Amino acid sequence: MDIDLITNILYAMVRTGTPLLLVALGELVCEKSGVLNLGQEGMLLMGAVVGFVAALLSGSLMLGFLLAIIAGVTMSLLFGVIALGFNANQVATGLALTIFGTGLSAFIGTEFVGKPINGLDPYALPLLSDIPLIGKMLFAQDLVVYLSFGLFAAVYWFFRSSRPGLVVKAVGENPHAANAIGLPVMRTRYLAVMFGGAMAGLAGGYLSIAYTPLWVENMSAGRGWIALALVVFASWKVERVLLGAWLFGLASILHLVFQGLGFSISSNLLAILPYAATILVLVLLSRNQVRARLLAPMSLGKSFHASS
Amino acid sequence: MIKLEPRGQHSKLMAWLSPVLAGCLTLVSGAILFALLGQDPAEALHTLLIMPVSDLYGVAELFVKAAPILLCAIGLSVVFKAKVWNIGAEGQLLMGGLIGSACALQLIDAEGVWVLPLVLLSGMVGGALWALLAAWLKTYFNANEILTTIMLNYIALNLLIWAVHGPLKDPDGFNFPESAMFSDSALLPTLIDGTRIHYGMMFALFAVVVVWVLLSRSFLGFQIKVLGLDASAARLAGFREKRLVWIAMLISGALAGLAGVGEVSGPLGQLVPQISPGYGYAAIIVAFLGRLHPVGILLATLLMALIYMGGEMAQINLGLPIALTGLFQGMLLFYLLACDVLINFRIRIPALSRSAVAPIASQKETVR
Amino acid sequence: MAEPHVTPPRLTLRGITKAYPGCLANDSIDLNIEPAEIHALLGENGAGKSTLMKVIYGLVKPDHGELLWDGLPIDIRDPAHARKLGIGMVFQHFSLFETLTVTENIALALGDDAGDLPTLAKRISEVSTRYGMALNPDREVHTLSVGERQRVEIVRCLVQPIKLLILDEPTSVLTPQEVETLFVTLRQLASEGCSILFISHKLHEVRALCHHATILRAGRVSGECTPQEESSESLARMMVGDDTPISTDYPKVLADEPFLQVRGLSRLSEDPFGVDLQSISFDVHTGEILGIAGVAGNGQEELLGALSGENEIDNHDAIHFPHGAVGQLSPRQRRAAGMAFVPEERLGRGAVPDMSLKDNALLTGFLTGLVKKGMISHRKTRTFAEQIIERYRVKTPGTETHAASLSGGNLQKFIIGREIMQQPKLLIAAHPTWGVDIGAATAIHKALIELRDKGAAILVVSEDIDELFQISDRIGALCHGRLSPIKPTPQTSINEVGRWMAGDFSETDVASSATVSA
Repeated sequence: MDIDLITNILYAMVRTGTPLLLVALGELVCEKSGVLNLGQEGMLLMGAVVGFVAALLSGSLMLGFLLAIIAGVTMSLLFGVIALGFNANQVATGLALTIFGTGLSAFIGTEFVGKPINGLDPYALPLLSDIPLIGKMLFAQDLVVYLSFGLFAAVYWFFRSSRPGLVVKAVGENPHAANAIGLPVMRTRYLAVMFGGAMAGLAGGYLSIAYTPLWVENMSAGRGWIALALVVFASWKVERVLLGAWLFGLASILHLVFQGLGFSISSNLLAILPYAATILVLVLLSRNQVRARLLAPMSLGKSFHASS
Repeated sequence: MIKLEPRGQHSKLMAWLSPVLAGCLTLVSGAILFALLGQDPAEALHTLLIMPVSDLYGVAELFVKAAPILLCAIGLSVVFKAKVWNIGAEGQLLMGGLIGSACALQLIDAEGVWVLPLVLLSGMVGGALWALLAAWLKTYFNANEILTTIMLNYIALNLLIWAVHGPLKDPDGFNFPESAMFSDSALLPTLIDGTRIHYGMMFALFAVVVVWVLLSRSFLGFQIKVLGLDASAARLAGFREKRLVWIAMLISGALAGLAGVGEVSGPLGQLVPQISPGYGYAAIIVAFLGRLHPVGILLATLLMALIYMGGEMAQINLGLPIALTGLFQGMLLFYLLACDVLINFRIRIPALSRSAVAPIASQKETVR
Repeated sequence: MAEPHVTPPRLTLRGITKAYPGCLANDSIDLNIEPAEIHALLGENGAGKSTLMKVIYGLVKPDHGELLWDGLPIDIRDPAHARKLGIGMVFQHFSLFETLTVTENIALALGDDAGDLPTLAKRISEVSTRYGMALNPDREVHTLSVGERQRVEIVRCLVQPIKLLILDEPTSVLTPQEVETLFVTLRQLASEGCSILFISHKLHEVRALCHHATILRAGRVSGECTPQEESSESLARMMVGDDTPISTDYPKVLADEPFLQVRGLSRLSEDPFGVDLQSISFDVHTGEILGIAGVAGNGQEELLGALSGENEIDNHDAIHFPHGAVGQLSPRQRRAAGMAFVPEERLGRGAVPDMSLKDNALLTGFLTGLVKKGMISHRKTRTFAEQIIERYRVKTPGTETHAASLSGGNLQKFIIGREIMQQPKLLIAAHPTWGVDIGAATAIHKALIELRDKGAAILVVSEDIDELFQISDRIGALCHGRLSPIKPTPQTSINEVGRWMAGDFSETDVASSATVSA
């Protein structure tokens, strides 16, 4: 394998990992507040279809991204109202969001399948992008990838040293205690869920406007679910989300690696790799039950009603 | 401002009214959606819900669609009772179809009454093994079954696609991604001539009865229910948690596998990439909508099958996207979850009900 | 005294009424708390104490009635508002976050007034030293003992100006000696002018500490008094009314034929917040009640889990029944060998909340012929449930009622009844009367004594030292996973057991008591 190939693989790894990173960061914040939103896949698809259609019709990629984010937030509010406001089971509501999002996005996007747009182009930073190996990977990407770096840093700082970050952690650990000392449990959870929606929407927009760029039904191909597993993989630690997202990015483009090495394996079999890797990761990270329980936010997935 | 107020006990009435209410809300939303799309709502709903079953063939087709959904959903009702979130009925169905097809294609020249049972059994084993894989990952490695079963769905789909492009592709099939047609002895006989309704529906109804007895009469079913409602009570009572998870997953996976092999050796007659238009996912909605109760599931299955047929009908007659089906399914589940709030809470509008004070003091506040 | 310009009460409640669906928690309650006064709010579980204090702290809005703060009407919007006024609250179930440090916990409650964390940490140290409650601000809460956690709750109130401190059942988690220390702190606070509302159902503590008492019964004020002038008996009557029997003394027995023998039981906890059991040895004899005291979190859960069979142990010989070692047996096999078990959590372990009483009777009763060839006999199960309900006077509409809708006391009577009806040779009961009313507690105690007199071996693990002295024939205490000496109850004192609860015993004490009892 020559150095150009490695450089390109690293570049593709970050590109492929970006939607996973965005969704996982959003879900991490959401789970830290004690809310398990399994609807990532649905929000991702809605972000993708709305972003794509908006970009196609208006010709403005930025408007596409903006509407993708709004679509994600709207979907997350739907989840919020039912799971938080109506106290419904979070697992069932999340599943419903995914099923609904899958159906609605396919419905909206029927007429736009396969239509081309001019996607978001990479913007190479001068000098920095010429660094061997990692220059292209880190500094010759598009704006959303750079934004994902910034969002990663912001979430990291949020939990490490901000008071709202502390509130989110407290609400996720023990909402009853948080309520008793007067922290706004519901508001915190709604905001966390909406942040998750915004991130999934942005990731969806990235898929259909920058990554592919086109709309195909079900184009997220399980990325929302993989991102959920990534949060487990990261043991709810922000810094490990980045590592995990890029590793999964790598697993998804292994066919490039195999081509580089001169192997030929059925692409249908290689497509299994990221899913199999997800299971493997879940197994390795969850095996120690006690450890897994300690790392997860204590009230994760449990509904909360102030009067009880 | 509307306030939610906890009821003391679940409302049984609301538990059964909620799905009906959800159905009505879905209809209303559907009508609004059709109006927005420039269709006549009444005619569109007629096309969606009445037209598909307006003749015998249509009714038979309804049962053809219902059979795999019912098999998956009745199996899911067992695992969901145990609060094991098996989202993998779709993958288990696909594996049932895949393994069943492999078996049928091996026996393509064989004749005899033993061929069909063997094919069906291999499909059930395929689905069951796929489910037990998730059970094993859950009980021995503590891996979240929601995520593992979803991943196994994607893996099963890719395996299926690989198989129809590779080892199971019909050598005389002009390179189409399909298997050869099965031999007649590997095909499920039809129940009524001139329709496609086949024995799969009988299997499904039989499964409904068995599961009903299991959950309402047997101690095994009782243990499964206790595990789902209160795992620590199950542990203290000495029920064997892992064993119960395995049994529940085995039942669920085998029934989904049967649904899959029932499709390939029933209406399809061969292995194709699209065995299932999401029957395994629809079954999740059906299980919830039917309140995990056999009768409820039976009714919900028919509704779901109708939505599938209506979606096709709307595509043909009204030119609407086939994705309408998925949209209606999603709405239905959402409305159901929203309506379910009424089971545990009553809605109060404080301004209207100032004086509603019950005069009994009870000793509830210290229940931990 | 009665001059017109005398300072108004710190807090006045007038006609406070709060109803929940099916339950009138507070019914026009009046209350006055003076500055520098230690005021007791006395009442049984379910009398409405918790609701009233939540009203004062702004967590619950009353339906009717008004609050006056320093003589002026006020509407306390939320806990933040209450804190701003100078009201602090120490919860019974602590409102602390285990994974955060002491300083972070306190900062969260103070909101924007917290300032930066290092300064706050310094203030925490100052305050805790001043009131004699040593506390390290940088420790994470899960590493603290229960007593220390309570200090965090108290210090959290004291780092800001405080005029009224509310404590909800603060002594239930403390050893008798820690209770004394707490009282010193509270008296010091009161002498500085802070009012204290002390919520309790323990009569001797109220008499020892409080200047004034308001007694609640079934949501209403049933009496007011100066506790020092009353007897425990007269206070109790005000709490429970005239017709409820109040528990009496039971005759103590000494038995010598061991049923359960525990020898050198050690177990490392897999939970880092858990407690390791260290070489625990004791016997429970047929026909006696052995009581094990201790503050929660000292190994009780771990010990009970090992005895029930839920937690596996390495040394199978550590637990013996008369016919041999049972350490490797599953909970079900131990049941078959004559063990019955009443867990601490009655809803969500002892009983399945969303199942009917009939199904809950089957939950542990399945070995008594209710299941034939894998099929449930619904008729026999219903009869069994009806017998429990009748024999133990469980107040319920019927066997189809969900466990969750029973009051704590009634559900506990059902669970204890279910276990006793199976005629166990060994009954293990964890905290059998926590949170139940006095009537139910008395019924439960009588049922246990009756079972003892029929020749069963009974082990009671409880935090309530008064209860243990009342019903146990022999008594010991757990501390940090070690078991104290065990002595016949008449030969020891609350003081001695209190010292054991704090870990004040040596290996030689334990060894010598073992030879005495053997």
